[in-house]
Amino acid sequence: VTDFGWIEGAIAAARPQAMAALLRYFREMDAAEEAFQDACLRALKAWPKNGPPRDPTAWLIMVGRNAAIDAIRKSSRETVLPPEELLSDLEDAEAEIADRLDGSHYRDDVLRLLFICCHPDLPATQQIALALRIVSGLSVREIARAFVVGEAAMEQRITRAKARIGVGDAPFEDARADRTRRALRGRGGDDLPGLQRGLFGQRQGDRGQAAASVMKPSAWRALLLRLFPAEPEMMGLTALLLLQHARSIARFDADGAAILLEDQDRSLWNRAMIGEGLALIDKAMLKRNPGPYQVQAAIAALHARAPVPRTPTGLASTCSTRRWRSCSPRR
Amino acid sequence: MLYAILCYNQEDVVCAWSKEHEDSVMEKLIAVQDRLSREGRLGPVARLMPTTAATTLRKDREPPLVLDGPFAETKEQLLGFYVVDCESLDGALDVAKDLGKANPGGSYEIRPIALFQPGAAGA
Repeated sequence: VTDFGWIEGAIAAARPQAMAALLRYFREMDAAEEAFQDACLRALKAWPKNGPPRDPTAWLIMVGRNAAIDAIRKSSRETVLPPEELLSDLEDAEAEIADRLDGSHYRDDVLRLLFICCHPDLPATQQIALALRIVSGLSVREIARAFVVGEAAMEQRITRAKARIGVGDAPFEDARADRTRRALRGRGGDDLPGLQRGLFGQRQGDRGQAAASVMKPSAWRALLLRLFPAEPEMMGLTALLLLQHARSIARFDADGAAILLEDQDRSLWNRAMIGEGLALIDKAMLKRNPGPYQVQAAIAALHARAPVPRTPTGLASTCSTRRWRSCSPRR
Repeated sequence: MLYAILCYNQEDVVCAWSKEHEDSVMEKLIAVQDRLSREGRLGPVARLMPTTAATTLRKDREPPLVLDGPFAETKEQLLGFYVVDCESLDGALDVAKDLGKANPGGSYEIRPIALFQPGAAGA
């Protein structure tokens, strides 16, 4: 049972990079998704038997790619791949591909994937739903819950979004780091609060479980901060997600009704997540380059640190006298 | 002899553990730690926040350079450590094997400690 826990974690952690790399190979969302799912099925069979591979991401990419190519070949003529054992870790077969897939490759791939999901032709709600489905691998049910719509409606929305990207000229080629970073920064202002509204601003949920199951801050941290290790706004955003998520259990009562911040049972807050959020905002502030997410995270940090509810006036004065006083805003 | 047992694993994987998996691993680890504690052999134990929360100070220049990370290209990251009192390397390896049974995956680096100041912070 613990083996499966490990495998689930490894697959979840590898997903954005593996999906992104497979999309680069196949240039088609459905093919990439199918290849990834195929690789996951094989991982469930192979990993408990052969032990964990040295690099699960590279393993999934390689096996997914081979399986898909195999399927394509099979439809024309019967060509079989070597048995799975040869592809497994025992032969260290993924070492070569692991070396080639260094951090910068992953980054361009993942950025491309994010940008395809956030294609300008798509309305914001579809962009977010698609990104959650493709990049984070959330189930349609989880996404539907976060947006408070029916499962069938969400399924349709995602299918429609995929079809739309399929026919348009999706930006498969454009992942120049500088350009995308600038764009992401501009975009961050629109898309991510929308996502947050979707995740946190909802009225219903069985004791916050909807929010808790949808939002895995560890996945976002891995995604955002690996892509932009030195970007203070990404630190701020990740800190914000951690701090918000830390309170999710305390946010709803047994009937699913929202509990306001001042009435929440603070002993339910996740201290480890708060600790990490505080560490990240601390680190971001060191850069003296404030932005909206850092400010929001700093305010959330004040709440998270407080043993009793804070008053708004106390907050305002603390914010203005903090280390940023001498800095000018970034835009 | 004091040994440091340095825990290396892929942090993205460890951070993505489900709550149930995390709780079950912690329970098993605490059982091993409790035994060492009773024998008076367990020193400080630390679990580190992910490397995304880390900062590096390069002090080979003046003024020193503050960097984000480490974001080394290594597959595994330093996630925490134990300090354990053991008769010999053999004993330290036994402790590491017990910890490894409770928490499989990744690796432990066992390093004899040259200088140890227990300190008082956080006590």
